[in-house]
Amino acid sequence: MISLTDFLVVSAALFCIGLYMIISKHNAIQILIGIELMLNAAILNLVAFGKFDRFNNGGQMFALFAIVLAAATTAVALAIILNVYKQYKTIDPGKVDRLKD
Amino acid sequence: MSLVQIMFYVMSFVMLASALFVAFTKNLVRSIFMFFITLFALAGLYVLALADFVAITQIVIYVGGILVLILFAFMLSGKETLNTIMQQRKQFISLKNVPAFLFSALFLIVLINMIAKVDANNLYWIKKSVAMKNNIQPDAAMTENIGVNLMTNYLLPFEAVSILLMIALIGAAHLSRKEDSQ
Repeated sequence: MISLTDFLVVSAALFCIGLYMIISKHNAIQILIGIELMLNAAILNLVAFGKFDRFNNGGQMFALFAIVLAAATTAVALAIILNVYKQYKTIDPGKVDRLKD
Repeated sequence: MSLVQIMFYVMSFVMLASALFVAFTKNLVRSIFMFFITLFALAGLYVLALADFVAITQIVIYVGGILVLILFAFMLSGKETLNTIMQQRKQFISLKNVPAFLFSALFLIVLINMIAKVDANNLYWIKKSVAMKNNIQPDAAMTENIGVNLMTNYLLPFEAVSILLMIALIGAAHLSRKEDSQ
């Protein structure tokens, strides 16, 4: 069988790739993809530990909740990104530095 | 080395390689399409962790929903998006990205160190669950159990998530509507 440590190492690597994307990218969509990678690393951990909870399914259940929350977050974040693009004609978060009025 | 382990290593290699490609490529559209592959390989890893229902949900929601949304937002946000990316990265890792790279690499080292210290296979509650036969067997069908649990033990989080989804739906529709000019 696959040991838990393998899952933890893989998800740690995925988390760090997402962290790198969030810090270094100059594009809101790529930053959003980085956030998705980090969320997926967390979900992988939940699922890996959920293997040891057959009756209550705690890990898998909260993995499902996390996936749904990620979907809701992405929808709202993309709506905000589109609005920011309409307002500033750029989606570089470093350049969005003015308030509306 | 069993077949399951080989599958695990292949899946995690594909997943990490495509995630690295997503992080380092210059082409935004290609990185979004490689993100598909990352998510599919993650679904494969969920199957190997004996969570088939979560894997199917991952494919339906992430690949079917979120990625199409991201592509949609990318298409709607015009040409300037592409131009800003193209100017920035001529080399593989430009000098500006070195601090981010160092930070995430060091964080990875810290995480790996911690994982080695924790030694998750010998945690107390995991040993107890194996001893009480509370771990999922490879031939078990868990979907029915998940459905029953969702309607009994986890009813409150379920309802909270459904209300939050409705709020997000209304909020997204409100944010992206046309401003009426007055």
